[in-house]
Amino acid sequence: MSVSTTRRRALVARVSGPFATRTRRRRLLTAYAFMLPSLVIMALFMFYPLIRAAWLSLTNYSFFGASQFIGLGNYTRLLHDPQFWGDLGNTAYYAAVTTPVSIVLALGLALLLNRRGLPARGILRAAIFLPAVVSLAVAAIPFRLMFTPSIGLITYWLGALGIHATDWLGSTTLAMPAVIIVGIWKNVGFYMVIYIAGLQTIPREFYEAARIDGATTWQRFRLITLPLLNNTTMFVTIIALISSFQAFDQIYVMTQGGPAFSTETLVMLIYRQGFQNFSMGYASAIGYVLVLIILLFSLLQMRFFNRRAIRY
Amino acid sequence: MRSATDTPVQIQAAPARPSRPPSGRRILSTGWALAVGIAAALIIIFPLVWVFANSIKPESEIITAHPGLFSTTVTGSNYVQAWDAIDFPRLFLNTVIFAGGVTLLSLAFDSLTAYALARLDFPGRNVIFVLVLVTLMLPFQVNLVPLFLFLSDLHWLNTYQGLILPRATNAFGIFFLRQFFMSIPKELEDAARVDGASEFRIYRSVVLRLSVPALLTLGLFHFMYNWNDLLWPLIVSTNSSMYTLSSGLALFLGQHVIQYGLVMAGSVLAIVPMVVAFLIIQRRFTESIATSGLR
Repeated sequence: MSVSTTRRRALVARVSGPFATRTRRRRLLTAYAFMLPSLVIMALFMFYPLIRAAWLSLTNYSFFGASQFIGLGNYTRLLHDPQFWGDLGNTAYYAAVTTPVSIVLALGLALLLNRRGLPARGILRAAIFLPAVVSLAVAAIPFRLMFTPSIGLITYWLGALGIHATDWLGSTTLAMPAVIIVGIWKNVGFYMVIYIAGLQTIPREFYEAARIDGATTWQRFRLITLPLLNNTTMFVTIIALISSFQAFDQIYVMTQGGPAFSTETLVMLIYRQGFQNFSMGYASAIGYVLVLIILLFSLLQMRFFNRRAIRY
Repeated sequence: MRSATDTPVQIQAAPARPSRPPSGRRILSTGWALAVGIAAALIIIFPLVWVFANSIKPESEIITAHPGLFSTTVTGSNYVQAWDAIDFPRLFLNTVIFAGGVTLLSLAFDSLTAYALARLDFPGRNVIFVLVLVTLMLPFQVNLVPLFLFLSDLHWLNTYQGLILPRATNAFGIFFLRQFFMSIPKELEDAARVDGASEFRIYRSVVLRLSVPALLTLGLFHFMYNWNDLLWPLIVSTNSSMYTLSSGLALFLGQHVIQYGLVMAGSVLAIVPMVVAFLIIQRRFTESIATSGLR
């Protein structure tokens, strides 16, 4: 890129005087004409709201009442709000279970369904991937009904195994595992497909060489597969973490954040404060906390991509 | 693409044990692997099969002490009722217009911007690229409240433009297409440039034409993401005229949760279009996701 840029600059320099400025101006106009639609949309619907959110977070604005500037009042309120800390804890709990479980299952399934000579490999992969294409909000409806004791199979089957039938979604300890199961169900096939792509980049010769050296299956997995899938694992971990911290859909459908706020995540809290309590100033402040958290994960991602750019 | 320079070291690190016979044994035989694979696939599609099986049962058989999967009586009445109760044609149309509109506009605008960033040399290019990268990292939920207020100022709540335009460009799309355009050899356009073709002509007839697979992949992402999205349509539509399948069904459930047959038939209706679309272009789908994740 830099070579051609300097060459083009040299060319421009050779063409002298008013002509050069004219072409330069034309090139500038062309470039901005190309970017105009995107820039206008980003300015109006991304950056302007971002600034407005920052301003709102410094006020006690509610949709109906008057608005007052309260400085960092919302942020200090946040620090002393047990609801916020509880929801942050819930979000962390959701992420801390969903991410590793999804990844381990996805890797296991990828190894299984990447075997040569396995019959019906394509169909099995498609079936496991299927949840990735359906709406999580809609798919959560059958899950909610399955967890309903009066009709649900889950409670019925657990009862048949001698485990007392309980209303999972009505329990402060079991509701979170229930929405976590749905979160894992939605994404495991998606991560599996990424892992399969990663597995296919590992040359077969490595395994053959290792086999000749007498490496066992476990050794081949631990010393060839796992290290060479490092990049894939990093990538999947980061996208899984980011999406976990934005969990909303199945929770909205299955529990609305309840019972007793035991499944309320940060995004649920933004929604409830902003659009049900109409504490829009406070909701904006919570939004900025979410930005901070996601930014942290994204920076990790950037570092990871940069490192990868050097290695390959 | 992948050179993996450190692998020979990795293999040497594996303790070579010449005394051991080469082991070709796998942990699982093919038969067991197949059994585990089938079990996993069945567990995953079970909720969808279950909701379908129940949606064709009469209500009295859904609520029973000994629920079985299939019933002897098959009825379509839940579907007849659900079709009108959720206003399926309306939800479907809204979802198609929303997801389709976002996808088409975003592909057009993102590729234009990506072309400028990848191919044109102009002051401010790096600033704009950094801006795109920063936008990529922002969770859209931070803008929910101000966007709602802005759309309300514009009287754009409950309108298609309110649903579509804020999503009509996408940082990931710009980034993804820029990377792809950079990988296209420049020589192909230089000939056109020498012939005096305009930048727009080169963008349209050379670069876009060579980028069809990337555009399809990105389009698939945009379409699927917006088709399935809940929170954004939930915020923008304050009355039922603009609900999409996801938001419409989620709100319908809130009001009719005890009419099980109706709710189940409604959710099957909402899931089927995407499942059918997936089955038709299944290969393209999974390949797209695999490549975009890694490259």
